[in-house]
Amino acid sequence: MIKIKIAVCIKQVPGTTEIKIDPETNTLVRQGIENIVNPFDTYAVEEAVSLKERLEADESFGEEVEVAVISMGPPQAEEILKEAIAVGADKAILLSDRAFAGADTWATAATLSMALEKLGDVKLIIFGKQTLDGDTGQVGPELAHKMNIPFIGYVSAVEEISNKNIKVKRLAEENYEIIEVRMPAAISVGKDINNPRVPSLRGKMKAKKEEIPVWTVKELEADPEEVGLAGSYTQVVKIFTPRIVHDVKMIEGTPEEMVEELFGNLKELNVV
Amino acid sequence: MHYLLTEEQQMIVDICRQIVDEKVKPVRAELDESKEFPWDAIKEIARGDLFRLFIEEKYEGMGTGIFEVCLATEELSRGDLSVATSYAASGLGLIPINVGGSDDQKKRFLPQLASGEKLAAFGLTEAEAGSDAGSIRTTALRDGDHYIINGTKQWITNGGEADIYTIFAMTNPEKGARGASAIVVEKGTPGFEFGKQEDKLGIRASATRELIFTDCRVPAENLLGREGMGFLIAMKTFDESRPAVGAQAVGVAQGALEEALEYSKVRKQFGSTISSFQAIQHMLADMATSVEAARALVYHTARVIDSGAKDVSRLSAMSKTFASDIAMKVTTDAVQILAGYGYMKEYPVEKMMRDAKITQIYEGTNQIQRNVIALDLIKKGVI
Repeated sequence: MIKIKIAVCIKQVPGTTEIKIDPETNTLVRQGIENIVNPFDTYAVEEAVSLKERLEADESFGEEVEVAVISMGPPQAEEILKEAIAVGADKAILLSDRAFAGADTWATAATLSMALEKLGDVKLIIFGKQTLDGDTGQVGPELAHKMNIPFIGYVSAVEEISNKNIKVKRLAEENYEIIEVRMPAAISVGKDINNPRVPSLRGKMKAKKEEIPVWTVKELEADPEEVGLAGSYTQVVKIFTPRIVHDVKMIEGTPEEMVEELFGNLKELNVV
Repeated sequence: MHYLLTEEQQMIVDICRQIVDEKVKPVRAELDESKEFPWDAIKEIARGDLFRLFIEEKYEGMGTGIFEVCLATEELSRGDLSVATSYAASGLGLIPINVGGSDDQKKRFLPQLASGEKLAAFGLTEAEAGSDAGSIRTTALRDGDHYIINGTKQWITNGGEADIYTIFAMTNPEKGARGASAIVVEKGTPGFEFGKQEDKLGIRASATRELIFTDCRVPAENLLGREGMGFLIAMKTFDESRPAVGAQAVGVAQGALEEALEYSKVRKQFGSTISSFQAIQHMLADMATSVEAARALVYHTARVIDSGAKDVSRLSAMSKTFASDIAMKVTTDAVQILAGYGYMKEYPVEKMMRDAKITQIYEGTNQIQRNVIALDLIKKGVI
């Protein structure tokens, strides 16, 4: 029996939208902030698991489907891979090596594509549409470019899937688009695509026992110049919070005078 | 608080808590209003493997015990008692198969109940047979290799929604209580129909219907145990299921306590939060203490049953009675702390108070439970 693979690329992010930056070191303050799976990635995992269930329930399809989840990050990113196992992913791989540190979106896409090639026979790659921390939404399209496969962003429904093609619906500015591409292909998804499930007891017990393989530069047979900081075209040289200066001006006089002056001030500021 | 849970038991609690927070709390008020059966939550519970807690590993279950069932039931009840009742009622419907079924019957029925693909229901009560279960009039008379069932069961939880019904009927009406038998009837069997959905004070989203049997022919192989063993099977079932009613009561009380505590910390009167007033503090302290006492009794009972102890009727009745009386008191006090707001449907505590009432009534009223406790005391002494 042929086995088709669906891969999901996920990332561990700080569990907050209010990121604080240490003004001394210009780095993210990670203390006291719990790491979570990037929220959009939970929809990507759910979509992969429900596609697996959908395909395996279809007798005309007749193939086994394997959901593999991949994350690049520090050793503690293993936690989010275990969470993916608990909700039904078949296997997980952690890409972790000091050489991967400092990667921009391009070097991340390069590393992920090497892992996907090592995995082999991947028909569909699913991403969350963007991350909570980096927010770029670039890794998916860059990876598709590197692997020379089609990419469809912001998918809101998988209309049809066979072992050759995938037909998806996505919301454009003012209309829905239905797009069909051959596989292998990559897609990114947002919150409108599904309703992620709660982990099962069997899943949690499997996740607890699961030994998650760690792939380093060695396993990927990667050229160290193509990954991490060395493989990055961009580099964050400084992160800072803009200083917000509050300027208060008290306006006095009769209501008419105050309105007149306020209107004049707003006009000067080009607000009205 | 420490409850000495194993890692697996903590997982059960975490899964239920996530189901409650993500899938139950957002819809509970709406379901209470519409009386719509909570299928989405039930499917999530099924997918979470929680129905497997009732069943042995051999039949696709998790092979856990009553204690694990109580943990799941308590957490679900903390969110919504309609959901928890529908869950626990499937357990109540399948326990007779656990205690009285043959290996073949277990293989036939349990795996699909373990996966939650199908729900079960328990049919004993009739219009004239409530606490006096011995006076049931539904008959199941043998005709070749079938039983022909006639009669009407009343207020059956999961009625209409479940696929597998364990019903109790007279196979030998002259023998009275010794003539009752337990028989599994599947939905869709000709001659088996449902009455209307009842309009209830609480647990409104749970299904409560009549089961109407008119010359309903059921294969004789659906009989659990032997003819005449019906009440024995029912009593054994209740011994195992009563702690779960206690767990429902603890859960709904816990939910109400949490709401009252949160509210007391934000509601301001006379310039300060009402949690700074001793009158409120003492109410909260009493509520928390009684919930903890009820939980301790329910957990103890469940662990005793799981240890394999045989003589558990008294303890089982105590846990159901004590916890459900506490639930009524605590939910009523929660409404009192929220006061005018508590009486309004915009806040969840009035619903918890309406829901809690059923725990004093179903699976044997608390008066019947006290009879069980007292008779056992008088017969066997205090220890």
